[in-house]
Amino acid sequence: MNATALLSAAKDGILTGSVYALMATGLTLIFGVMDIINIAQGILVILGAYLSYALQVHWHIDLFVGLLITIPTMFLVGVVIERLFFRRLTGPERTGMSILVTYAVSLLIEGALNMIFSVNDVQLQGSYVNKSFAIGSVHFGFIYVAGFVLAVVLLSALYFMLYRTRFGVSVRASVADQTSAALVGIDVKRVSTIVFGIGVAVTAAGGMIYGATNAFNASTSYDLISRLLTIIVLGGMGSLGGALLAGVGMVFVGDMVGVIWSPVWSSMSYFVVLAVVLLVRPQGLFGKQSARVA
Amino acid sequence: MSKLKYSWWAVAVAAFALFPVVVTNPTYTAIGVYTLLFMACATSWNMFSGYSGYIALGSSVFYGVGAYTMALASIHWHMAPGAAMFWLVPLGGLVAVVIAVPIGWIALRVRRHTFVVITIAIFFIFQLGAINFGFTGGTAGLSLPFIQWDASYYNVPFYYVALGIVLVAVVISAAVRRSRFGLQLLAIRDDEDRALGLGVKVGAVKLSGFALSAFVIGMAGAIYAMFQGQIYPQFVFDPTFDVSVALMSFFGGLGTLTGPLLGALVLESAQQYLTVTYSNGSLYLIFFGALFLIVITFMPRGVVNFFLDRRRATLAAASMANPSPTPSAPSTPTPAARSLV
Amino acid sequence: MTVLLKAQGISRAFGGLQALRGCDLEVEKGSITGLIGPNGSGKTTLFNVITGYVRPDAGTVTFDGADITGLEPDKVFARGIGRTFQLTRIFARMTVLENMLIAIQHEEGWLRGMTRSKSSSAEVENAREWLDFVGITRLADLAAGALSYGQRKLLELAYVLVANPDVILLDEPAGGVNLTLINQIADKIRELNAQGKTFLIVEHNMEFVMNLCDSVTVMNQGCHLVSGKPADVRANPLVLDAYLGGGDEDDEDEVSINA
Ligand SMILES: Nc1ncnc2c1ncn2[C@@H]1O[C@H](COP(=O)(O)OP(=O)(O)O)[C@@H](O)[C@H]1O
Ligand SMILES: [Mg+2]
Repeated sequence: MNATALLSAAKDGILTGSVYALMATGLTLIFGVMDIINIAQGILVILGAYLSYALQVHWHIDLFVGLLITIPTMFLVGVVIERLFFRRLTGPERTGMSILVTYAVSLLIEGALNMIFSVNDVQLQGSYVNKSFAIGSVHFGFIYVAGFVLAVVLLSALYFMLYRTRFGVSVRASVADQTSAALVGIDVKRVSTIVFGIGVAVTAAGGMIYGATNAFNASTSYDLISRLLTIIVLGGMGSLGGALLAGVGMVFVGDMVGVIWSPVWSSMSYFVVLAVVLLVRPQGLFGKQSARVA
Repeated sequence: MSKLKYSWWAVAVAAFALFPVVVTNPTYTAIGVYTLLFMACATSWNMFSGYSGYIALGSSVFYGVGAYTMALASIHWHMAPGAAMFWLVPLGGLVAVVIAVPIGWIALRVRRHTFVVITIAIFFIFQLGAINFGFTGGTAGLSLPFIQWDASYYNVPFYYVALGIVLVAVVISAAVRRSRFGLQLLAIRDDEDRALGLGVKVGAVKLSGFALSAFVIGMAGAIYAMFQGQIYPQFVFDPTFDVSVALMSFFGGLGTLTGPLLGALVLESAQQYLTVTYSNGSLYLIFFGALFLIVITFMPRGVVNFFLDRRRATLAAASMANPSPTPSAPSTPTPAARSLV
Repeated sequence: MTVLLKAQGISRAFGGLQALRGCDLEVEKGSITGLIGPNGSGKTTLFNVITGYVRPDAGTVTFDGADITGLEPDKVFARGIGRTFQLTRIFARMTVLENMLIAIQHEEGWLRGMTRSKSSSAEVENAREWLDFVGITRLADLAAGALSYGQRKLLELAYVLVANPDVILLDEPAGGVNLTLINQIADKIRELNAQGKTFLIVEHNMEFVMNLCDSVTVMNQGCHLVSGKPADVRANPLVLDAYLGGGDEDDEDEVSINA
C-alpha cells in the first residue's frame, strides 16, 4: 500500500461519500422526525436519476439545469407519498409498518421504471462527465467534484434551515419529542409532510450525480438502499452529523479494502464494518442510547 | 381451539393434499410447490417477527444457507440423484439454525428499528459472500445431482414434502403461541423492558425464537435447491424473498396463525401465475406493491385481523344490546387480545 | 428490626442534570416506608437505580445483606424486588390474564418455557385469585390495552403481587386514581403488610402516605433530606422548606402537606 492509494481513497471518500451522505441525510431526517424508515429512498434516487435522464434525452436539458425541475418534482413525490400512506400510520407498529409500506412503494416504482425504461443499464451523459484534472498525482473527475460541491451546498442549505430558521426549530423539536412538540403548538403533521418532501427531494440531486457516475437500472436501488441504511445505522439513526461522517468513512473504507485486497470485497466491507461497530456500540457512532424507562 | 376449528384445518389439509391429484398440469403443480414453500417460510418468519415485533428482513440468508447445504452436501457426498436427497432437507434446516445463532447474537443486541437494518446488512454480507467465495461456485452457481424423474411426475414428490414442512411450520408456530415461550415473545413485543423487569430472559428468548424460525426457512431453501437442480447466489440470497415473507405475513395479519398462510397463498400463487402467463416480472412488482398498499390502507392490521376485529365488534355490539351480567365491564372490543386463529 | 433494602450514596447524572447526589435510603423489613419529595427530586430515578433500570454513577444498593448494585432488572426481580411504574406499564395487546402469567414465568428457566404450556391450571387459579384481590377478575380475558387508567394501575399491582416479591416498590400508586380506589389500594397494602410484605411507596397524596406508612423518607434535589415517623416528618421545618422554597412546581403538594 502506498501514499497515493491512501490519498486517492481519502479523495473518493470525501467526494463520493458526501453524495451518499446527502442521500442518507434525507433518510435519517425522515427517521428522526417521523420514526419512519424509508426503504423507498433507494428507488427514489434511481427515479431522480431517470428524471434527469428523461430531461436530457428528450428535451436536451443539461443535468445541472435539470435539477431546477427534478428537485421540486421529487419534493412533490415525497409529499404525495407521505400524504397517501403515512398520515394513517400510527400506533406501536408504526416503524415496522413503515418499512413494509415504503418497500411496497419501492416495488411499485421499480416495476413502473422497468416497464418505462426497460431493464437495460443507462448512464447520464454530458460533455463534462468524463473530464478530469489532476493535482499532483491525484486525479479528480469533474463530475465527482461537481457532485461534492452540490452535496456541500445542499447540505449547508439543509443545516442552515435546521439550525437558523424558525421551521428548523420546529423540526428539531419534533425530532426530540413529537408529543411535546405538538403540546407547544408545533404542527407536527405539517412538519412531517415537509420533512418527508425534503428528505425525498435530496434524492434528485443525489440521483443525478449517482447516474452520471454509475450505470444504473431500477434494480440498482437494492444496492443503494443497503448502503444508505448502513450509513444511517452506522452514524446513529436520526443523527445528521453521523450520516455525514459515516457516508464519507464508508466509501473511504471500501476504497481502501479495494486497493489492499480486491474490489470484490469492498462492498462487503461496509456491512462488516457495520456489524463490528454495532457489536461495540449498539446505538451506532452518534446515536443516542435509548432509555430503558419510558 | 375448538373442535370446529380443528375440522377446518383438516378440510384445508385435505384440499391441499388432493390438489396434485386433481390438477396434473406440471405448470400448476410447480406453482403449488413454490406457494407451499412460501407458506412455510412466511409462517416461520411470523413465528419470530410477528410474535416478537422484531421485523427481520434478512430471512433469505437462511433460505440460501439451506439451499447451499443441500447443493454442497449432495455434490460432495456424491448422492444418487433421487428421493434419498430429501434426507438432506432437515440438515439444511439445522445448518440454518447454526448460522442463525451468531447472526441473532449480533443483530438482537440492538433495538427494534436498528435490527431491521442489521438483518438487511447481514443479508448482503451473505449474498456478496456467495458471489465471491470459491466454494459456492460464484455467479455460475452449483449444479445438483440431476434427478431424472418424468416431467409429468417430477413436481409431485416436492409438492408433498413442501406440504409436510408447511405442517411442521404451522405446528411449531401454534405450539410456540401456546407455550410460555410464546407468551414471553408477545410480552417482548408489547414492552421489552417491562418484560425484562418481570424476569423474562429477553436475550435468550429472542435468540431462540430467531434461531427456531431459521429451521423451517432453511428446510424450504433445501427443497428449493433440490427442486431447481441448479442454484445461483442472487436467486437464493434474494432481497425480494426477504420482503415477500414479511409482506405476506402483514397482508394476512401479523402474529396470527392463518394470516401468513393466507398471505403467501394469495400473493405467491398470483406472482407465479402472472409470471407464467405474461412472463413479465415488472407487472408482478406493480401488482404486488399496489395490492399490499391497498390492503394496508383499508385493513391496517391485515386481512385476517380485519375480519376478526369485525366479528369481535359485532359480538360486543350484540352483548351490549342484551342486558349484561357484568354491567361495569368495558364494552370496548378487545383488539388483538387473542391472536391465535 | 432489620434493614432489608438499603441504598447508600447513590449518585446519577443525566447529561448535565444531577438527578441523584449521594442519596441514602433504608427500608426496614416488614415496614411500609413512604418516599416523598417535590417533583423532580429523584424518587423515580432512585427506584430505577434500585431495580436495575438505571445504573448509578456512584453508590451501592444492598438487599438482604447482598450487594445488588448494577444488576440487570431481571436479576433484581429474581431476588425478590418487585415494582410498579409511575406511568403504568402493562402488556397492552395481551389479555389481563396473560399479563399475570408473564409475571410468574421467572420461576423456571427459559428452556423449560419453550416446552411447557403457557400456564398450568394452578397458575391460572392463582392469577385469578390475585385479580380477585384487586377486584378485576371479570376483566381477565380482555386485552389489557382496553382497561381504564385505574384498572391498569390495579393490573400492574396485581401482576407484581402474583410474583410474590419480598419488597414491593410502588411509584405513585394513587396518582390519577379516584378516592374510592385509593382507599381500596391502601386497604390492600395494609392487608399484605400484615402478612409480612415490605413496601416502599412514592406518593404525592399526603393523606395516603401519612395514614399508611410506618416511616417516611423525604428527598429533595437528589438528596436524602430527613426520615422518621410520619408525624415527626410532617412537623419538620426542613420538609416544609423543601416543598415551599426549593420546589419550582407542584402546587397541590404544598397545600396537602399540612392537611
Ligand atoms: N432517563 C432520563 N433522562 C434524562 N433525565 C432524566 C431521566 N430520568 C430522570 N431524569 C431527570 O431526573 C430528574 C429527577 O426525576 P425523577 O426521578 O423522575 O423525579 P421524581 O420521580 O422525584 O419526580 C428530573 O429532572 C428528570 O427530568
Ligand atoms: Mg416520579
